[in-house]
Order: sequence, then structure tokens, then C-alpha cells
Amino acid sequence: MSDLVADKVNMVFNTKGGGTVHALKDISFTLKEGELLSVLGPSGCGKTTLLNIIAGFNRPTGGSFYLGDEEISGPGLNRGMVFQQGALFEWLTVAENVNFGLRMKGSDKKETAKKVEEWLEIVGLQGFGNTPTYQLSGGMQQRVALARCLINDPDLILMDEPLGALDALTREKMQTLVLKIWKETGKTIMIITHSVEEALLLGERLFVMAPRPGRLHKEYRLPFAEQGLTTDPREIKNSAQFTEVREEILTMIWDMEEEIMGKTDAA
Amino acid sequence: MIVGILFIVLICLLIGAIIYGRRLVRTEVTDAVFGNPTRALGGWHWIVAGVSSILIIWLYFSWDAGRAFFPRAANELCQVAKLNRTANPIRSAFPLEDRLLRGTALLERDYGQIDLLDSRLANTNFNDADREELQAIISEMRDTLSAQADPKLMDPDTAGKLDDVAIRINELAKNIADDNYPSEPDPDREKALQQPAWGATSTEIPPMPMTDLGYKFAKASEVMDTISKDFSKIRNNGEAITAKLEALKARYKGFEIDETEGEDITAERKDLVKQIEKIYRRIDDGKIFPSAMTKSVEDALINLDDVQKSEQGSLRLIDIFALPGGDILAGNRACSEQGSGRWLPKPSDTLNTFVKMADPEIGYKGIPLLWYEMKPVGQVFEILIPDWIANLVPGEYPRHDDEGTVLTNFKTKVYNFATGNYKSLMIPVPIGHIWDSMMRVLAGLFFGIILGVPLGLYMGLSRFAKGFFDPLIELYRPIPPLAWAPLILTIFGIQDDGKIFLLFMVAFAIMVISARTGATGTQLSKIHAAHSLGASKFQIIRKVILPNSLPEILTGIRIAIGVCWGTLVAAEMLAGTTGIGFVENVARKQSDYEIIWMTILLLGLLGLLFDLVMRFIIHRTIPWRGKG
Repeated sequence: MSDLVADKVNMVFNTKGGGTVHALKDISFTLKEGELLSVLGPSGCGKTTLLNIIAGFNRPTGGSFYLGDEEISGPGLNRGMVFQQGALFEWLTVAENVNFGLRMKGSDKKETAKKVEEWLEIVGLQGFGNTPTYQLSGGMQQRVALARCLINDPDLILMDEPLGALDALTREKMQTLVLKIWKETGKTIMIITHSVEEALLLGERLFVMAPRPGRLHKEYRLPFAEQGLTTDPREIKNSAQFTEVREEILTMIWDMEEEIMGKTDAA
Repeated sequence: MIVGILFIVLICLLIGAIIYGRRLVRTEVTDAVFGNPTRALGGWHWIVAGVSSILIIWLYFSWDAGRAFFPRAANELCQVAKLNRTANPIRSAFPLEDRLLRGTALLERDYGQIDLLDSRLANTNFNDADREELQAIISEMRDTLSAQADPKLMDPDTAGKLDDVAIRINELAKNIADDNYPSEPDPDREKALQQPAWGATSTEIPPMPMTDLGYKFAKASEVMDTISKDFSKIRNNGEAITAKLEALKARYKGFEIDETEGEDITAERKDLVKQIEKIYRRIDDGKIFPSAMTKSVEDALINLDDVQKSEQGSLRLIDIFALPGGDILAGNRACSEQGSGRWLPKPSDTLNTFVKMADPEIGYKGIPLLWYEMKPVGQVFEILIPDWIANLVPGEYPRHDDEGTVLTNFKTKVYNFATGNYKSLMIPVPIGHIWDSMMRVLAGLFFGIILGVPLGLYMGLSRFAKGFFDPLIELYRPIPPLAWAPLILTIFGIQDDGKIFLLFMVAFAIMVISARTGATGTQLSKIHAAHSLGASKFQIIRKVILPNSLPEILTGIRIAIGVCWGTLVAAEMLAGTTGIGFVENVARKQSDYEIIWMTILLLGLLGLLFDLVMRFIIHRTIPWRGKG
């Protein structure tokens, strides 16, 4: 079992002015293997910090994360990451980007080539292997980033606003792709997003975070991700249940933003 | 001939390009307020126009075009110059080119000095008798001076001589205007035509007249020469004036210097007498004539000038329009170009010099510009194998035995191998001034890159490296490379090592800074991505940070090439025995403008070549630049 367990994680940054910012406070949760979690919250609530700690780029100031039995202490191959702008290596071709991880490990070349073909097909980029990355559109770049992450067969996939920079249509297609991959591979996925709709659609579980200090404000268990595997996402988004939850969360976040603005004004 | 055609073609190209450009603009929409940036795109015809303009200006002002169209003009002008030169002694006596008649100028000067002497005398401590006597002498001197300007006191003989000069000049002018002058054909014409043509050897112009017009002026200049000499001998020393002069001389010689009144006053008296004698000698020259008496000579000279100018005809127009900005000067033996014709060599001559020097048999100072020689492979790669390898071989180097035979053993063989001292395949190796310069730049650049890029990347990634090396590099980088040159050339010697090290220093700083900028500019998410994909630290540097810094590194190389190139030439001028800078420096000492210009153009073209190669490499290696 490789569940992700958060045990009272705290993160305090020192600001340049000498003060401290409590970015995360007492975060505790358990993400079971195969679950799809989306994290939502107003800007500055510590979403990205949370993800960076899980990825191992930062170390928390208190508490710790466990993946399976192992405490997370640095980047590792059991966690794959997809970044907002893809963070592709633009000097490499699509195939070279996808097989980057395997090449670093020094895997067998033939096997690698086969795997690359497979994954390019899954993300819908068959035949693009030799295309230079800089010639791809934004949506295609995110597909490459997905394939590059998945080819390493990680236990946990972390996505930091992966679809944020895409246009609406591409975004919907990519959401379907994420659901498809979730179903076919059965991976644990954690997605951070700004978009409430996306969080609802892609979140089997959904955390709404609150800022100052960054904390888990409310948790939902939602049926939309399951439905999305079989139904057209647009239909789901128009359903009464979806609209109701969306309004509730929007109001919640709206209030939080108001509070922040009020605080700022008072200060 | 070729130059002439080229000149006409260039003018046609320039006009054609301008007309084409105007027509192109007519169909383009212009932004009403300002320009339209898209109008700056393209425009190869303006490149043609620009290059043509430069070449036209060069051909024109260097007299290359003039020489092509009027190859005999300079020779004729030189004969005119001879006439002018021989007339100069007379001309200088008249206000033709000056403001004053020479006699007037002399009088003005001498009166001035007499006045000075007068006022000086008034301020001395002499006793009254002495002062009176000296004042009398001075006033007599003034009187004698003015007597020279008096026509009544002038000797009729002297007046006759002046008139004679005027008559002879007028006769010469009449001859020049005559189409049949000189009556006999030029006896030396055959020899004159054999002279090396204008520009065949140097900027010197063939001195002997090659045309009838030229011969006329050459002949006239011979006559003028004798007239000038006779004129120079004429002196205004008629009886009346001579008598006055002698009386004056006797009087100041008779002045007794009183030596009883102390040293200072004695010395001052002596000095005053000395000044009087000085002025007396000038008056004695007899170069001041009554102004009315020289009028005839002046008129004759003006007449001669007019006649010779009209006789030149179209030659004058050629002089003004085809040979602009300078003069052809006739010396005693030779004719030469002055003005722009000197420092601005003709493009065709420059090209000829280049073609001549490009011949590996000739080259410059015994070294070709760019050629190859056959060398054994062993000697070429000998530098890669350190000689001390032989020392590591066990055993000792052989010594000679009692019969004096020099023995060899395995150790000797290894040593011979390491020093390239063995028979091997002959391969062509490039040599020459251009190759030497290029090799130095490339070597300096090579070491600068392989050492500078890793250090730059390290400094971009490590707080320690940045802090530790930054002051060192920032301290030496702003120092102009040439300021290092004397020191480095002293330490490493004037051969390649010193120059390569100097260029290495230049390239190193640039490469460190560009690689560091590149490394610092790597997006954190890319490093994170590589890290989470399992790349090690070294792999991240090698596979992510290095390629990500390539645009900055390549731009750095491009800049470094330019700076190295400039530094190299200056370093070669300081010291060295080969290289383009060396060639230019030697040419400078010999005022060989063609070679100087040739090296300048060569440097420009090679720099351009380097840059084009770099642009090509940049285009091929980082097409993704700015698209990440």
C-alpha cells in the first residue's frame, strides 16, 4: 500500500522584513492509493507549497509526509510532477523529452523507444516523436509533460495547475485525458487548480484550503470524476448537483477573498 | 580600362537601385503619423546602393577613376606643374598669391625694426653724445631704406634688366599660345613613352612629357627656369644707393664704444651696434625696388598665367573634376601625387598589392598570407605528447662509448617519438600571416570556452563559487586587454604563447559572464522537473542547465571573437614576426598605404566571416531560442 499520509505538516517562511509567514498549518490527511484529489483555494493559501513539499523540493518546518512507509525527504521517482507551463526541455524533441527520465537512469534503448511509442499513443501524440518541442502548441506540450511523467511509472502524480495556461476547449479535452489516465493506470493523482469547475470535475476528493495560515478548510467527496469516465463532462457540468456544489464553493472562496481584502485594508 | 568600366557599372547600379527603391515605395502604404516598421524589412537594393556609393567615392577620391579615364592627364599636369615651379621665384616677388608686394613687405618689416631700435635707444642710460650719434645713424638708415623705393635714384641699368625679364616672359607667353611651339618635335619622345605608366610602380607619375601639350609646357618650363634665375640676380644697387649704403656703413663702424660706464651699459651699446649691422645687411640685399619699376614684370607674369591656363584647356577641367582634392607636384626630378591621392590608395592598386602578396612565393617578409606546407605528421602532433614521458621509461639515456659512437636504446626511441623526431607521413599544414592570426584567436577562444563555461556555470549555481571568483574576475575584466599586453608579452615571449594567453584572458572573462548569466536564467521548474524525473546533480547541469545556457554562451562566443580579433591585431602590432597586425605595423613604418588599407579590409572581411559562421552555428544549434 502506498497511501500518502500527511502528519501535522507545518511550513513557516522567514520574510525579508524579519517576520514569519505561516504558509501551512497542521495539515493532516490521508490519500488512499488510487484516489484522485483536487486542491482548491484562493491565491496565497499554500497550495503550491504543499505540492512542492510532497514532491520533495522543499522540506517542511514541522511534521512530515509519508508515501507508503517511507518519509518524504527529497525528490524521488515514486512521485511524478507536471508543471503549469510544461517545463519541457525545448532543445529536445518530443521523444527525447518523454524518455528523459529513462535516459537518466540508463535504461535499455530499445525498451525505452517502445515505451515512448506507447505513452505517446496514450496521450494522443503518436507520430510526433521527432518534432522539436518548441514547435508544439500549449495543449500538446502538456500532453508531452504528462507522458514524460507517467513513463517513469510513479506511485503518485502531482499536478501544479497543469491546465491553467490552456484555452477552454483544449482544457476540456485535457480534463478528459486526465480522467482517462486515472482510470486506466489507477494512479494516485493530486491536482492543484484555480478553477472551481475543474476541481469539481477532476476531484474524487476535493480539499478547499484557506489562507493565513494555510490550512485545510473543508473536504468534499464528489461523484463527478466517476461520472466523467462515462459521461460527457459538459453534461455533468450542467447537472443540478454540480451547479449546487459549485455555487457553494464559489461563495466560500469569495468570502475568504473578501476577508483577505478586508484584512489588507485594515492593515 | 577595367576600373573605368567598373566605375560606370557602379554608377548605373547606384542609379538603378535608387530608381527601383523609389518605385517599390510607391506601392507601399505609409503610416500617416510615423513610419511603418515593416518598411525597414528587406531592401537588398539599398545594400547595392550603399556598396556602390562607397566604391564610387573610393574610386573617385583616390583618383582611380580619373586615372582610368584620363591616363595621360597626370603626366601633362606634371609638365604644367614644372612651369609653375620654375616661375615661383618671380611669382613670390608679387602679390599674386600673397597680399603684399615683396618689396612692400620688406620695407614694412625693416621700418618696424628700425622703430623698435629707436624706442629702445630712448630708454637707455647712454650719455647724450652717444645717444645723439646713434639716433643720427638710425635716421640715416631709415633714409637709406626709403631711398631704395625712389625711382629717381634707381640705376637705369637695373631698370633695363627688369624690363628685359618682362619682355622675355611675354615672349614665352606668346610662344605658349602658339600652336607650333616648340618648333622641333620632342627628341626624347620614344624614351618618354617607355616610362613605367602612372601607378605601375607607385603613386609617382612618369616625369618626362609623353604628349605634345606636355612637351610644350616642359619646354616652356626650361625657358622659365633661366628667366627666373636671371631675375633672382637683379639687385637694386645703383650708384646713388651704393654711395648711401657705404656712408652708412662707415658711420656705424666709426662709432666708438665707450667701455668706461660699467659692464651692462657697454654690453647694451655693443648689442645696439650689432642690431644696426643686422638691419644694414638686409638693406644691402637690394631686393626692394620702386613699385612702379616692377609693374611690367608683374603684368607679364599675369599674362603668362592667363595664357598657360587657357592653353591647358580641358586639362584644367580634368584636374578639377576627375582628380579632386589634391595636386600634382613637380619636384626637381619626379612628379608625385599629393592630397587624397597619397593616403587614400586606389582600389585597383590595393587589389594588385593583395594579389601580389597572395602569391605564396612572394607573401610579405618571406611569409605567405595564407598557404600550406608539407610537414610530417609526427611533428604536427608532437605538441600533444609531453616530452617527459620518455623520462618515465625505466633505465638511463645512453652515453657515447669510447669510440665516440652515439648509442640508442628504448628510452631514446620513446624520446624521439615524443618529440616527433621520426619518419612519418607528410600532410599539408596551413601557414601564413592570416592563418597565424586566425589560429591565435581560435586557440585563445578555445581555452577561454573550455575553462570559462564550466566556471561560469558553477558560479551561476553555487553561492560559494559566485562569491569566491566574482571579485577576481570582475577585477581583471574591466582592464583593457592591451594594458596586460606588455606584462604578458614579457612573461610569455613575443611568440604565439603570449598572444594566445592574452586572448584567453579576454575570452575567459566574457565566457564566464555569459555562461553565468545563462545558468542563472534557468527556470526553476525545469530543474525541478529534471530532478523529479530522477536526474542526478551532474546530469541536471549537463542536460538541463548547459543546453538552457547555450543562447547566452553562443552570444558570448560571438562577442568574444570580436573582442579577441581587435585585441590580437593590437598585440601583433606591439610585438611579433607574423600575423595581419604585424603586416600592418611594418607597412605603417614604411608609409605603404596600399598594404595598410589591404590589411584593414582583410581584417574587416575576416571578422565578417567569423560572425557569419557564428550566426550560422547559432541558427543551427538553438532554433528554439526564445520559444521555451
